[in-house]
Amino acid sequence: MNYLPNTPKDREEMLKTIGVKSIEELFSDIPPALRFKGDMKLPAALSESEVAKLMRELAAKNTAQDFATFIGAGAYDHYVPAVVRHVLGRSEFYTAYTPYQPEVSQAVLQSIFEYQTMICELTGMDAANASMYDGASAAAESVTIASGLTRRKTALVSRSVHPETRGVTETYAKGHDITVKEVPFENGVTSVKELEKMLSGDVACVVIQQPNFFGNIEPVDEISSKVQAAGATLIVQVNPMSLGVLRPPAEYGAEIVVGEGQVFGNPMAFGGPFLGILAVKNKYLRRMPGRLVGETTDNRGQRGFVLTLQTREQHIRRERATSNICSNEALNALAATVYLSWLGKEGIKELAEHCVAKAHYLADAISGLKGYELAWKTPFFNEFAVKCPVDPEKIVKSLVEKKILAGYPLGRTYPELKDHLLIAVTEKRTKKEMDDLLAGLEGLA
Amino acid sequence: MRRLEPLIFEISKPGRKAYSLPALEVEKKPMSEYLPAGELRTTPAELPEVSEVDVVRHFTRLSQLNHGVDIGFYPLGSCTMKYNPKINEEAANLPGFTDIHPYAPEETVQGALQLMYELQEYLAEIAGMDKVSLQPAAGAHGELTGIHIIRAYHKSRNEAARTKILIPDSAHGTNPASGVLAGFQTVQIPSDSRGGVDIEALEKVMDETVAGLMLTNPNTLGLFDENIEKIQEIVHKKGGLLYYDGANANAIMGIARPGDMGFDVLHFNLHKTFSTPHGGGGPGSGPVAVKKELAQFLPVPVVEFDGQKYYLNYDVPNTVGRMKSFYGNFLVMVKAYAYIRSLGPDGLREASQDAVLNANYILRRILEYYDLPYDRHCKHEFVVSPQRIKKETGCHTMDISKRLLDYGVHPPTNYFPLIVDEAIMVEPTETESKETLDYFADALIAIAKEAYSNPEMLHKAPHTTVVGRLDEAGAAKNPRIRWQKGM
Amino acid sequence: MTYPVNLKYTETHEYAKIEGNKAYFGITHYAQDQLGDIVFVELPEVGREIKAGEIFATVESVKAVSDCYAPLSGKVVEVNENINDSPDLLNKDPHGEGWICAVEISDPSEVNKLMDVAAYEKHAAEGGGHH
Repeated sequence: MNYLPNTPKDREEMLKTIGVKSIEELFSDIPPALRFKGDMKLPAALSESEVAKLMRELAAKNTAQDFATFIGAGAYDHYVPAVVRHVLGRSEFYTAYTPYQPEVSQAVLQSIFEYQTMICELTGMDAANASMYDGASAAAESVTIASGLTRRKTALVSRSVHPETRGVTETYAKGHDITVKEVPFENGVTSVKELEKMLSGDVACVVIQQPNFFGNIEPVDEISSKVQAAGATLIVQVNPMSLGVLRPPAEYGAEIVVGEGQVFGNPMAFGGPFLGILAVKNKYLRRMPGRLVGETTDNRGQRGFVLTLQTREQHIRRERATSNICSNEALNALAATVYLSWLGKEGIKELAEHCVAKAHYLADAISGLKGYELAWKTPFFNEFAVKCPVDPEKIVKSLVEKKILAGYPLGRTYPELKDHLLIAVTEKRTKKEMDDLLAGLEGLA
Repeated sequence: MRRLEPLIFEISKPGRKAYSLPALEVEKKPMSEYLPAGELRTTPAELPEVSEVDVVRHFTRLSQLNHGVDIGFYPLGSCTMKYNPKINEEAANLPGFTDIHPYAPEETVQGALQLMYELQEYLAEIAGMDKVSLQPAAGAHGELTGIHIIRAYHKSRNEAARTKILIPDSAHGTNPASGVLAGFQTVQIPSDSRGGVDIEALEKVMDETVAGLMLTNPNTLGLFDENIEKIQEIVHKKGGLLYYDGANANAIMGIARPGDMGFDVLHFNLHKTFSTPHGGGGPGSGPVAVKKELAQFLPVPVVEFDGQKYYLNYDVPNTVGRMKSFYGNFLVMVKAYAYIRSLGPDGLREASQDAVLNANYILRRILEYYDLPYDRHCKHEFVVSPQRIKKETGCHTMDISKRLLDYGVHPPTNYFPLIVDEAIMVEPTETESKETLDYFADALIAIAKEAYSNPEMLHKAPHTTVVGRLDEAGAAKNPRIRWQKGM
Repeated sequence: MTYPVNLKYTETHEYAKIEGNKAYFGITHYAQDQLGDIVFVELPEVGREIKAGEIFATVESVKAVSDCYAPLSGKVVEVNENINDSPDLLNKDPHGEGWICAVEISDPSEVNKLMDVAAYEKHAAEGGGHH
C-alpha cells in the first residue's frame, strides 16, 4: 500500500518537463559510494486490511486496556467524552500545521486563545502558552525562565515532585549550568524547615507540586512566604483537575504554574502524547517559551487571532531564543479545550469532588484492613500512599489476574518507601471496583 | 457559508451543562472535611457553560475556518505536509493503545512494547544507525537530546573543552537554539556558491574546541551537500561528531542513509517523514538514532527484547538522563509504525523518489518568473526568490503568499532560509498528483503576471478568506492573550 | 530624509545626542525604516556601565530582533519609560521623542570616532552596510 497518485505516464511527462531521462538522474549529486544499495531490512508492504488486522492484534496484546486502574502517578484514567474524539477527528484541525498563515488558520488560533483563557482562569496566572511537550518538560523550562530572570543558578526541587519531572529538570539544567538540589519531605510533604535552610541568595526558584506526587496537599502558604523572602520564584506543578476544588496557585504566590494536562480529555495512551501546561505572571511573559496567540483585528475591521510575541522564539531569535521548542502539543490542547467546554464551570468542581470523595472512601476502607495503613495523616486530593504488609510489587502482580491495576509501588523511585503503594481514584472507578481491590488487598495480607 | 465564530465564552449561559458523571455511590461530605478549608477554591474558574450541541457546533464551525492537508495543497517547505493515511488514525484510536497506563505491568502491555521495539529497529535500519530512543516529543526535542548525547560523549572522554557546535547559515532556527540549550556556543558556517557547506570556512574553525557539526542533508535549500564525505572527514579528524537533522529525510529514504554518510547522531520527525499529522502544531515525535559507541548515552528507558518478552531498560550506564516523562509520544509512534508497515522498504523508497520528482517538476515549471539562487536539481524541496518581481513591481514574497490563499493553496514557507532574500520554500511531497502540482505552478505564474498588471491586488490579498490581513504589529504592541469576562 | 546636524552617528545606525556630559542614545530614521513597525524595546537598567560598542538595548519588530550598540561608553542615568507603552515613538520620532536611554559620558574622546551628519547621510544612502 502506498499513497502515490502519479501514474507512470505522469512521471514520464514530468521528467520531460524537468529535462532529465530518469528519476535516478535527479539523485546524481549523491556521491556513488554513499548510495544505498540493496533493500532495507524492513517487513514487506501490506495492504490496508492487513495493516488493520496487524494493528488490532498488537492492540489486543495490551491486556491492561480493560483493567480497573488505580495507578495514577502522573497519568490518570479519567473519562474522555465522545465530543472530544469527535472534534479531534476533524481533519481541519489535525491535518493543519502550526498556524503561520492566520487568514486560513483561525480555527487553530481561536481554539488556542480559548485554551489560554481557560488555563489562566484555572491557575490565576496572566498568560498561558499554547502548550509544552508535557508537564515535566514544562517544569524543566520554567526553571530556565526563573534562572534567566533572577540571574541565579540554583534550583530547589522538592523530593515530593514527580520523579520524572525531577529527572527532566536535571537533564535540562545541565545545559544552563544550573545546579538542581532536592528538598527532602517530611510527613509526605515538602519539609519547610529544610527548605528554609537551603534558601540561599543564589536560589532562582523552588519547584513544588500541588497536590504532590503522593497526592498530598503541600503547606503552600508557608513555603511561599519563605520563597518570596528569599527573592526566588515559586514554581508550582499542578494536577489541573484538582483546581476544580483547590484554590488557584496565584492566590498563594506562585509566579509560574506548570502541569500535566493529560487529565483534560487526553487518554493515558501509554504515556503520550500528553499536554504540558505552562502559565506565568506578566513579569515572565517575554521569557515564556512556545507559541502564544493574541487577539487583533484584520484590515476589514473584524476580530481575528494571530501568533504573537514571536520574537521570543527560535525561528527568529535562533541561538538567543528563550527555548528551542517548535512543534508542541496543540491537538492535546484542543482536547483540553473541548473537554473543559464540555465539563464547564460546574462540571470541573463536581468531577473533582467525586474524585476526592471516592478516594477518601477507598483510603478509609484500606486503613481498616488488617496490616494496611495510610502512610501519612496529611490531607490528600485523589491519590494516597498506603503502607503494605507485603511487597507492593507482589500486590500489583497478583491483582493482574483479577484485572485490577492496584497502584504504583513507590519503592521503584523512593527506596525509603519500599513497602508503600500509591493509589489513585478517578470518577470512573466504581464502588464494585474499589471493593474488589479491597478484597484483593485483604487476601494478600 | 463560513463566518467568524464567537468565543466559546461568549455563548455561555449560566446553568447550561453538557457533562454527565457516573454515579457517586459513596458518601460525599463537604470538601472542608477532606481538605484544609484554606486550600479550597472560593471563586469558580470562569469556564463556559454550554450544552453538548453548543460544543459540537462551536468547534465544527470553527474547524471550517482552517486549511489542512485534507482540504488542499500544503507545500510548506521543510514541514513535509504529506497526506496522513486514515488507517493510521484508526489504529491510534484503538482502545488497546489509548487506554493503557504507562506504569501498567509490562506483561499487560506487550503489544505496545513490541510496537515500540520494532519501530526502533525499523528507524535504525532506515537511518543506517545502530540504536534508537523514541523518547523525544518533537524534532527540536530530538535535537536537544542528540546534542546532550554529544556533550556526554565528550565528557566521558575528558574532553570538556569542546564548547562549540558548528551550524551552517542555512540551518533551521531550532539548531542554534538547541545547541545553546544544551550548553554550547554556536558558530555559524557560511554556505558556498553551490549552496553547500563552505569547506574552507569549515576547515578554518574545526579544531579541538568543537564538539560537533549539525547538518541537514539535503539542506533547507533542498540541495544535497555533495561534499558530505569531505565534511565528515574534516569533523571526525579533529574529534568532533556529526549530527543529522532529519527534518528533510523525506528525500532520502532507501536512497542514502545518514549512518552511511558518516553521521553519528540523528533525529527523525515522525510527523514529517513518517506521515503522522501535525495536529495544528503538534504532537510530533522526534526519535533519536545513534551509532553503537553512543548507545550508552541514550535517554532512559529504552525498549528491549530478551527473546521472549519486551521490557523497559532503565539501566543505560552513561545515560544523559530523562528528556520527557514516560516513553515519548506513543500514539504518534503507532501511526508511524502503521505507515512503515503499509509502505514497506520499496514503498518508502518510491515515496522519496516521487517527493523529489514532484519538487523538481514545480521548480522547472515556474522558472520563467521566479529566480533560482542555486541552479541545481533539488531534492524534496526547493527555494526560489521573486527577485525580478520585487524589483519591477514592488510585490514581495508576503504578497505572493497571501494571494495564493485566494487560489485555495496554503503558501510555501516564507523568508526562510535567511540566506536567500525573499525566500519562497516549496515542498510538495510525494502524495500530490501532477494535476495539483500544475494547478499550483499555474497559480504562481498567474500571480506573477498579476504583480505586473495589478500589484495592488497582491498588496491587499487575500480577498476571499474569512479574515483579511491581520494586524500583527498591533497584537504584539498590546498583547491580548486571553478573554476576560466583560471584555 | 534629513538627519539632525547636532547628532553623532554610528555605522550600525545608532545616534548620540550630546548635551554637556550627558548623551541620549537612540536609533536613526534609517534603522527604524529597515525594521518596520517597532513593537517592543528592551531597555537597559539605570546604573549599568556600558562600553562603546556593547549592546545597550534590543528593538523588536513583529518578526525581527535587532541589537543596538552603544555609540559611547558611560553609565545609564535615565531610560525613556514612554516607549514601554508606545514603542512606535521609535518609528514616529526616532531622533526626538523616540530616544532610548541617556548615559553619563565616561570618555569624551570617543565622540571623535563617531560620524557627523554628512558622513552618516552618505553611509545611509549607500545602503548602510554593517548592521
